[in-house]
Amino acid sequence: MFRSLNSARNQAVVSLACLGALLSFNAFGDTSFSGIGRTATPQEVAAWDIDVRPDFKGLPAGQGSVAQGMVVWEGKCASCHGVFGESNQTFSPLVGGTTAQDIQSGHVQRLNDPAYPGRTTLMKASTLSTLWDYINRAMPWTEPKSLTTNEVYAVVAYLLNLGNIVPEDLVLSNSNMAQVQKLLPNRNGMTTDHGLWPGKLIGNGGKPDVKAVACMKDCNTDVAIKSSLPDFARNAHGNLAEQNRIVGAQHGVDTTLAPAATMAQARATADSSKPALPVVKTASAAAIALTKTYSCVACHGVDARIVGPSFKEIGKKYESRADAVTYLEGKIRAGGSGVWGDIPMPPQSLKGVEATAIAKWLIAGSPK
Amino acid sequence: MNKINSENVQAGRLVKAPENFLAPQDVQHVFKAPATARRDFLRKAFAAAGMAAAAPAMAQTSSAGDANILNLPEHSRGLGRPVANDGYGKPSTFEGNVQRRTSPGLTQTTQASVSFAPLQSLFGIVTPSGLHFERHHQGWWDIDPSKHRLMLNGSDEKIMRTPMVFTMDELMRLPSVSRFHFIECGANTGMEWGNVAVPTCQYTHGMLSCSEFTGVPLKLLLDRAGVDYKRARYVLAEGADGSSMTRTVPMELVESGEVIVAYGQNGEMLRPENGYPLRLVVPGVQGVSWVKYLRRIEVGDQPYGAKDESIHYVDLMPSGQHRQYTSTQECKSVVTTPSGGQLLMDKGFYNVSGLAWSGRGKVARVDVSVDGGRNWRKARQETPVLNKCLTRFNLDWVWDGKPALIQSRATDDTGYVQPDKRQLRAVRGTRSIYHNNAIQTWLVQENGEVKNVQIS
Repeated sequence: MFRSLNSARNQAVVSLACLGALLSFNAFGDTSFSGIGRTATPQEVAAWDIDVRPDFKGLPAGQGSVAQGMVVWEGKCASCHGVFGESNQTFSPLVGGTTAQDIQSGHVQRLNDPAYPGRTTLMKASTLSTLWDYINRAMPWTEPKSLTTNEVYAVVAYLLNLGNIVPEDLVLSNSNMAQVQKLLPNRNGMTTDHGLWPGKLIGNGGKPDVKAVACMKDCNTDVAIKSSLPDFARNAHGNLAEQNRIVGAQHGVDTTLAPAATMAQARATADSSKPALPVVKTASAAAIALTKTYSCVACHGVDARIVGPSFKEIGKKYESRADAVTYLEGKIRAGGSGVWGDIPMPPQSLKGVEATAIAKWLIAGSPK
Repeated sequence: MNKINSENVQAGRLVKAPENFLAPQDVQHVFKAPATARRDFLRKAFAAAGMAAAAPAMAQTSSAGDANILNLPEHSRGLGRPVANDGYGKPSTFEGNVQRRTSPGLTQTTQASVSFAPLQSLFGIVTPSGLHFERHHQGWWDIDPSKHRLMLNGSDEKIMRTPMVFTMDELMRLPSVSRFHFIECGANTGMEWGNVAVPTCQYTHGMLSCSEFTGVPLKLLLDRAGVDYKRARYVLAEGADGSSMTRTVPMELVESGEVIVAYGQNGEMLRPENGYPLRLVVPGVQGVSWVKYLRRIEVGDQPYGAKDESIHYVDLMPSGQHRQYTSTQECKSVVTTPSGGQLLMDKGFYNVSGLAWSGRGKVARVDVSVDGGRNWRKARQETPVLNKCLTRFNLDWVWDGKPALIQSRATDDTGYVQPDKRQLRAVRGTRSIYHNNAIQTWLVQENGEVKNVQIS
């Protein structure tokens, strides 16, 4: 469809490219591949070509204010990212760690401080297009691509305002994105001076930054153990005996027990450990697995509140209702707000039978 | 009697092939005459079976050896299960411990998360598809392949002559290539920059897998759409899942013919967790660029600064600057047995075995040390040794029961030598998260337990 737009010069370039294809794929014989693939319609390209580049190519026209952003934020973003972008224990903080001086320099000073805990999104982001593009394509978490263009502008404006980068009265739009880019605290914080780009136009052309030598004899004379897992963390990743094959040159260490004093003792323990066989799932195990699959556990603990109420609280509240299972199944799928607090629960995209399984488990008191 | 030669086989005739195959009429013919003799034979067979059944009782009263030999097991005395009992076979139930696993506390949700391949239990270089490590950014899907489409377009109208759409049927009609390559997450071993954080090689190195991938070279598709390669030096790959993951890939790699739009993995289709029905294969480059559920390829004249190129997958250097567009996985290796969390049951002979790989080419050699890097021995590299692919290495070792520090060090065919932790930290510090390819150390203790340790 763009053929008519091309100049004669570009046609010539295309012909050369096709010749190149013939040369590089001559092993395949006929390279016309007739009948395979078709021209995309302009509407199809528009439906999928949503990327926005650092030079703002691809940015659609629109606008949104900080105030409008706050409304969207509190409805659709705060349940995971926190009312102030500080996160609700679900995701890493988006906001924090940047200063007015960083906005001047374009390089976040706290990145020089190894003691500063963590790196927020605003400490790292060097391109405003990236924030816009990612919120547009992937947010909100459970309903990606549901925000309108203006809502995306508004949310980006609000996020920047939370980070004290733009004033409260800002209306962010396609016409001022480039100016706001110049305020990003870490806009000068990237370097491409490295050898890890497998192309010519970025970096140093693939030159490694560390040069080691393959010494073979009497090499490292300063050998001392500087770091190992403390004994209290021995079982932190589960019983390692169950994470190794039950036969072989080595078996797994039973980390539910203290380290053996001798090899004979260790071997006796290993011999007595039973092979772990797959267990048939009970209804409870299946429901628990579903709460993990659908990330219910990001917001609800079995016994503890996280963002929402605990599973046990929910079960207790509704166990006496005759229609409890139906009611909860509906709530799980449709979402809700106002029953347990200000933060709404978004609708969940799981199957009816899955919601029923979870609802029954909740009513049964969330057994293990 | 069933011998096939040009005389008894007519052209185009189907021969019922299984050895000793007898058609029903042949069976009647063969068994009619010796009917009496057959009864004798059966009688003898029953007598023999009766003796066998009596044998276990005798074994119990004897101390002549291993009960597993002396007492015939049930599977030697009974009828097993039929063919096609399970239309898609599964591993033995005794292999239940060989699973991919999550690392506790590493991620806050199970959808933006990672599971690690059990390297300590794998042989050779191919990762079974069901054990391939997973990294999802917004959960995985099982997508109907008949509805999946791949779109090609340009960042402007002149850079690609014809934006195109392909169905899976069409992509699978095109000439295909099949190649073995490793895929490693850029953050593999990322928890170990500063100190030991996890116990086993599943968690230190398990964001690594290797498969035979089948698909169409991306270059073929771009040629078909008519790309202005002078201007189009960057390729954007985009997924169809919720996050619609994007990454920039250099056109040089595509032009080399290495980058594949893949649908096949280890002889079958990709697994849903690995991008079914279509993913990009970018050999030598970190996993995040191997976009799953691939829906769109855009060519352009500038890099794209995607979320995973500006906010994540950027490497923080001691200078406070982040390295951006770091993609190549440099030469690296790890001993997988014996490794952290394992138990050596006795002194004596062991086969030290591990994996080596390089995102810049082939592994040229692997050295192994059992004394913490003081002295090294050249390991045996097993075949095949392929480009941007895992290589298996082995080394004979007799353990004397004293503490041993086991390490491996790979060198690739560019001459690059895998560095130790001290050398890597001297340049990159400890906060970069990504691209930790330092030498790994396992301590074999006197009680036989193997621990993850750092010696510098």
